[in-house]
Amino acid sequence: MSDSIPQDLKYTKEHEWARVGTKTVVVGVTAHAQEALGDVVYVELPKLGTQLVEGKQFGVIESTKAVSDLYAPISGTVVAVNDALTGNPSIINTDPYGQGWIVELEPLDGEQVGKLLDAAAYGALLK
Amino acid sequence: MTRRTPLNEAHRKLGARMVDFVGWDMPVQYSSVIAEHEAVRTAVGLFDVSHMGEVEFLGPGALETVNRLISNDLSRIQDGQAVYAGLLNDLGGFVDDVVAYRFSPERILICVNSSNREKDFTWMKARAEGVSPVDRGDEFAQIAVQGPKAVGLVQRLTKADLSKIGTYRFAEGEVAGVKSIISRTGYTGEDGFELYCPADDAVKLWDALLEAGQPDGVKPCGLGARDSLRTEMKYALYGNDIDDAHTALEAGLGWIVKLDKPGGFIGKDALVAQKAAGVQRKLVGFEVTGAGIPRHGYPILKDGARVGEVTSGTQGPTVKKPIGMGYVPAALATEGSTFDVEIRGRAVPAVVVKTPFLKKS
Repeated sequence: MSDSIPQDLKYTKEHEWARVGTKTVVVGVTAHAQEALGDVVYVELPKLGTQLVEGKQFGVIESTKAVSDLYAPISGTVVAVNDALTGNPSIINTDPYGQGWIVELEPLDGEQVGKLLDAAAYGALLK
Repeated sequence: MTRRTPLNEAHRKLGARMVDFVGWDMPVQYSSVIAEHEAVRTAVGLFDVSHMGEVEFLGPGALETVNRLISNDLSRIQDGQAVYAGLLNDLGGFVDDVVAYRFSPERILICVNSSNREKDFTWMKARAEGVSPVDRGDEFAQIAVQGPKAVGLVQRLTKADLSKIGTYRFAEGEVAGVKSIISRTGYTGEDGFELYCPADDAVKLWDALLEAGQPDGVKPCGLGARDSLRTEMKYALYGNDIDDAHTALEAGLGWIVKLDKPGGFIGKDALVAQKAAGVQRKLVGFEVTGAGIPRHGYPILKDGARVGEVTSGTQGPTVKKPIGMGYVPAALATEGSTFDVEIRGRAVPAVVVKTPFLKKS
């Protein structure tokens, strides 16, 4: 699981991923993160319209045993949140890069995306 | 130095995630806490609980000696029966919670928490009037076999008639050719056994149970599932829900306190006085009705003021609700009482419910 790191995503050292689209950036946590956490049982999501600040905590992800903060990979406005996680947080375990996405952001500054890690750099971090 | 049970290598071979647990290198999970929890509720799970300690009292007067040390009453049970009990301090608080096994009036074995092994032994040695305790913790390994299919599984591996071993009873016999104490006890709310065997035979017994349990869907289970299973039953965990500062009556464990037993016991006077004066705070079970999961140490608030603290909390995998325990003033301890749990700065509503959280059909 954790050794297959999608090439088309960007990453943070805190194990979030970012899928950079034309106007928005979708954010989730990596397979490595969900595996380390174990069964995800709760996700605290930000409200629509919240301004996230790069590197700052924007939510919480809880597994059966651990509580972990979620950090914003870039600054931006929350334009969508994955409400499916409220009823079924375990999607993060089963499909961290797909159905288990967490928020969608409208970036404040396009430049910031360039500072994120690519798949190779993130992979190296896990070694 | 980190201690290892005789099954340490076996856990690693099974791919367990290991953690430090009160100085022991123990498996927290093998596959997933929820999958292991469900295996115990619906089939059968195996737990390595060899880190628990065993203390033996052997010789004439063993029963009387132990009965002075524990809150429950060994004179009311038969040989081959066990009781859950407290080792209480002079104030009625817990030195530990234990299970005492009555082999005969001259042989009593006490199973103590791993976190308290040394403390308990020193405490018992200093207070035992009569028979001296012997620490046998390193001689025994202990494997818990828990779940609706546990009896069938163990029965296939032993000639002992398990139908004759009722709840909180035990027998000595062989399981998979390994000399064991077969005890119908556990910490999960499910039927099953705790098997005490010689440390050197632990791997043989573990492997035999895993192998024979394949048709049952047996799963090795870690400390994560052990914690969620016991929380759904509102079983106390020493260091979380009970400790030296909370009395047995406050913990709702009055049923393991026999105030009228002959000879009395350490802590009795304090409990008699507390009972007469009225118990001012109580350990309750609650459900969080808002969004969030209660965790150990979170404040309990009433009208914004801190009135208590969460001692255990989790998202119950079987009850599928965020549940917890905590000490609150007696006025808030009745079923249906409401208060808030402070979850990362937010006051989230909770309600006191009847426990165990898990209702057996």
